[in-house]
Amino acid sequence: MTARLVLENLKHKPMRSLLSMFLIAVPVTLILCLVGLSQGMLADSARRARGIGADIMVRPPGTSVLTLSGAPIPEKLVDVIQQQPHVALAIGMIVHPVTSVTFVNGIDLPRFNQMSGGFKYLEGGPFQGPDDLIVDEYYARQHKLHAGEYATDVLNRRWRVTGIAEGGKLAHLSVPMRTLQDLTGNTGKVSQIFVKANRPADIPVVMTELKTLLGPAYNFYTMEEFTSLLTVENVQGGALSTFIDVMVGIGVVIGFAVVLLSMYMAVLQRTREIGILKALGASRWFILKIILAEAVVMGLGGTVVGIGLSFVARWLIESLYPASLTQAITPLWWPIVGGISLAGVLLGALYPGLSAAAQDPIEALAYE
Amino acid sequence: MSEPLIEIRGLQKVYRVGKVDVPALRGVDLDVPPGEFLAIVGPSGSGKSTLFHIIGGLTPATGGSVRIGGQDISSLSDAGRTELRKNKVGFVFQKFNLLPNLTAADNIAIARHIAGRGQTVEPAFEEVLKLLGIAQRLNHKPAALSGGEQQRVAIARAIVNHPAILHADEPTGNLDSENSAAVLDVMRDLNRRLRQTILMITHNPEAAAFAHRTVRMRDGRIAR
Repeated sequence: MTARLVLENLKHKPMRSLLSMFLIAVPVTLILCLVGLSQGMLADSARRARGIGADIMVRPPGTSVLTLSGAPIPEKLVDVIQQQPHVALAIGMIVHPVTSVTFVNGIDLPRFNQMSGGFKYLEGGPFQGPDDLIVDEYYARQHKLHAGEYATDVLNRRWRVTGIAEGGKLAHLSVPMRTLQDLTGNTGKVSQIFVKANRPADIPVVMTELKTLLGPAYNFYTMEEFTSLLTVENVQGGALSTFIDVMVGIGVVIGFAVVLLSMYMAVLQRTREIGILKALGASRWFILKIILAEAVVMGLGGTVVGIGLSFVARWLIESLYPASLTQAITPLWWPIVGGISLAGVLLGALYPGLSAAAQDPIEALAYE
Repeated sequence: MSEPLIEIRGLQKVYRVGKVDVPALRGVDLDVPPGEFLAIVGPSGSGKSTLFHIIGGLTPATGGSVRIGGQDISSLSDAGRTELRKNKVGFVFQKFNLLPNLTAADNIAIARHIAGRGQTVEPAFEEVLKLLGIAQRLNHKPAALSGGEQQRVAIARAIVNHPAILHADEPTGNLDSENSAAVLDVMRDLNRRLRQTILMITHNPEAAAFAHRTVRMRDGRIAR
């Protein structure tokens, strides 16, 4: 009976109920999008790194898993590493930012093909000349590019798009290594070196060899280790994790404020009904329970709407910015955002609920 | 003569308005035997509503005593008065006061639910619903019912838990003469068939004529 009363109350003012749920859904969606984007982009980076086919990554001194700038490694080191006894293949690569989330890779295409198995071209094919560009399918879709066309928004240069490749390997943009080295003033230098061992069992041996060869200042990661370190907690020394915590706090506050206002209005509008329930012998707890139950239904409804909106957001991001942003759907966070919403709405409903429970029945019955 | 169901002695109620004490009841003495249909009449400000509220457990008394079935209710706590309203009294108001979001059936069911008696009415109560003439209207919400029908639903809700006393505050105040007569007929029928004790506040002498006895109030006292 209590459930029916709660549902009928919510149905009685459908716009108020739906608007409240929508407002509760907004922080839910924001949190899910933020977490989804963080995890999605990190997972995308890991997938692309694995797509290279290397076993070990060598990064220069002063870098970390998530930070890489410039090209301070002498390219001749690639050949030195190549000559190590358990190394099957070593390739150098230069990485340069195009935007804050988009990078261009300078690659030695034949050696890259040897390591990774090569690009799978959806249109066109490999580089023909120094000013050629291979883009992946996501970048091509976002920028409406086709093989044979020219791209002018990469490093202020006119590039001929020779191939549209299937996504999942390297960055979205690849150009000949020499061109990018010269263009960025890093002739004869690379940003990182990828190494493939003769056999998987040789990876620890190769790691030891490389550490001995290059010294402790360099950073060495097995690809397994590298991808496992691409976590939200590691981004900017935990700053992303803190940012997510702040968003969670904002979510609780918004849920609290929305439900406080909504339920406060509802209690005012229903003063007389509260008086009727009290005249029927309803206890303070019964009245409080109804208010809290309404808030919980709105909180759960808002969570479901928020989860639904996170799918809409992902669809929009994939449609509009397939090459820039990748949003993962994070079901593990659904109960967390549900808990955040419930905490907010219960806090918000507490004051109106207690006010309703404490109302004098005679005054409430006289309320017009 | 049987023991009174309601026994009121020296009942006083003083309201504090700002810094001024306003006496609403100045020493009321009244006995109501079980099964009586009592009308309480009097001008506005005479104290009849205050008396009604105290007997109904809606507000505490300032002095004196009110015993219902031998239990002194004048010193009950808020929780005690809630229990009294739940189990011993039923209310019928001038403005019907049905919950607008619930059907007539649910308005009756919620009174049973609050009293912890389940939601389904007893088979014998079906007869009462027929007597009230609302058996066919139970699935409608108050907005779809006439004033007379709403008041009869309110009566059904008030007596569904078999209260010792049915309190009716101007039950015909918002009804036309035809519906007023129908509601008063129903109340008299309930009083006769079920020996339901009824206290009715009214301004209307014709309504008061349906009661066994009429008590007049003036200036916070029973007028002799």
